[in-house]
Amino acid sequence: MATKSKGKKKAPIKEPGRKPVPKRANGKNAGHDLQHEVEQLLYRQAELLDSQQWQDWIDLFAEDGVYWMPPERSHKTWEGMPAIFAEDRNLMTVRMKRVLHPDAWSQRPLWGTNHVVSNVQILKDAKDELQVRSRFHMMELRRDDVRHFAGSYTHHFRKTKDGYRIKLQRVDMTNAQAAYDYVLQVWV
Amino acid sequence: MLQERIPDLTKYVEPDRVRREVYTDADIFELEMQRIHERVWIYCGHESQVPRAGDYYAVQIGRQPMLMVRGADGSVNVLYNRCPHRGNMMCGDRHGNTGDFFRCSYHAWTFHHDGRLKSIPMMESGYAGTRYGRDNPDCSMKRAARVESYRGFVFASLSSDGESLLEFLGESKVAFDDMCDRAPEGEVEIVPNCFRVIQHSNWKIFLENQLDALHPSVTHQSTGRAAHDVEKLIEKKTGKAPISYHMLSAFATVTIDKWDNFQTLNYPHGHCILTGYMGLRPQDPDTLAYDKVMIKAYGQKRFEEIVGVNIHHVLIYPGLSVQSPLQQLRAVRPLGVDRTLTEIWHFRLKGAPEPIYRRSLAYYNLVNSPATLVNADDLENFWKCHKGLSSEGGDWVSFARHLGHDIEKNGVVETAAGCGTSEAPMRNQMKAWAQYMTAEK
Repeated sequence: MATKSKGKKKAPIKEPGRKPVPKRANGKNAGHDLQHEVEQLLYRQAELLDSQQWQDWIDLFAEDGVYWMPPERSHKTWEGMPAIFAEDRNLMTVRMKRVLHPDAWSQRPLWGTNHVVSNVQILKDAKDELQVRSRFHMMELRRDDVRHFAGSYTHHFRKTKDGYRIKLQRVDMTNAQAAYDYVLQVWV
Repeated sequence: MLQERIPDLTKYVEPDRVRREVYTDADIFELEMQRIHERVWIYCGHESQVPRAGDYYAVQIGRQPMLMVRGADGSVNVLYNRCPHRGNMMCGDRHGNTGDFFRCSYHAWTFHHDGRLKSIPMMESGYAGTRYGRDNPDCSMKRAARVESYRGFVFASLSSDGESLLEFLGESKVAFDDMCDRAPEGEVEIVPNCFRVIQHSNWKIFLENQLDALHPSVTHQSTGRAAHDVEKLIEKKTGKAPISYHMLSAFATVTIDKWDNFQTLNYPHGHCILTGYMGLRPQDPDTLAYDKVMIKAYGQKRFEEIVGVNIHHVLIYPGLSVQSPLQQLRAVRPLGVDRTLTEIWHFRLKGAPEPIYRRSLAYYNLVNSPATLVNADDLENFWKCHKGLSSEGGDWVSFARHLGHDIEKNGVVETAAGCGTSEAPMRNQMKAWAQYMTAEK
């Protein structure tokens, strides 16, 4: 765990092959901090999914936030397009309430997921928006069957006074076009 | 082998019940592929999937890998995906464009879009004096015995004899009429995306579920309730929830006792129609704008006829389930006795305003995508059905609901008033199945 030291300015850690971190407008040498902060956010999101804390997961999204999984990488928007997922918070709530309903038969068997998120790159760090690309690998167990899904996340975070909120999470799954052996019950 | 074990298949189908082996026996599955899927008219795709010469789509008919390909003369051909030289599959992709001709990736034999041999490398030096050459039809890619299309929907039959496509479809052709007539231009075009989902169950279990009016309020209770809750929340906040919420909440609000008010119509060949709530016509600005365009195209009287068609689902046995009022269909491709692929497509009404397309698209995404809010529970039931039928806990599947109340007129079986949840569609499908399976070639 990274801890902030008060007062004392730490000398930047020298790592071979690593470019010096650019100073930000406010003079803080924030590159490492931002990278770290973003990674923690992505890890937290994955943790909420894997521990099935659905409402907390939904609350990571802005009021107008969207979770989108296009069937093809070439798609530029979900509007008017076929989509595997294109859900605002209302639809996310339908999905959550469905899986929590006692008669969601497909949820009865043993079911669980494990996400690993990595390769985190900050694509854009603007005044009120932050864009981050990462890679994920998800293993799912349902009854006796193991499945693997992998791909990239592109998060568009909005900077708010309460921290970062997801405006758009785009999920490009490498196996989006493969035939689905059974379906996806919740977000990947 | 099967003949020795099961000398008389007709004994497996009774008016009110069917033997479990019909779903689970691998030899019966092989016979089904021979006698049903590789004989009758099977849906290949829509002409707008292959707009340019050389465009192709791979499609499975029974156990046969086929190609639907557009020729330079505009015709749509259906060919076996196989090079006559050494048997190499001609196209390894699911779809693409083959250029001016097919070229085998193994030894460069080339073929026209209609399958005719174009060239063999060094044909003269290599094959002089042999039986191989352009004059030998065995040196061309084999064509499906028959190809016909209706309103842009292409079907193929691998049997050279039999009735025409229209004779085969009979009344079920309304699936395509209902879809196309709802377009101001009288045509639909493909939305270029196929959702493919594999079910761990026999292909007949899926088809029987499609017109099972009793299951929605049981199987889809969770989704219905969840959508209903959120629909109410949205209405509280903004006054009106999108119509897609209503389509989902109906699973809960139309309670089990109300589904008997629906009706099924059962036709020869196992085809069936479920009438019902998709005919619902909201009076929102989007619908009114669409109505205006339609009235301009067709006139008031014809318009009323078109939008008054009361269809929920049309089942074209043995391989297609069509939801015409929402312009989507599911093609069934049996992969094995316990594995079934569904290919799910959506169509755009040509000339209709964008919001009408988006309304049916919302249904396509929510119900028919691989992240479906609805079919997850169906597939769970199908798997459980197949596993249960594989056991020796019982020998029969029952289709007796409302038996004896059906009304038969001119070969069409209608469910009686208040008997909409009748298992007549399953009885009708099994009747067709027994006819196909025991027919003399």
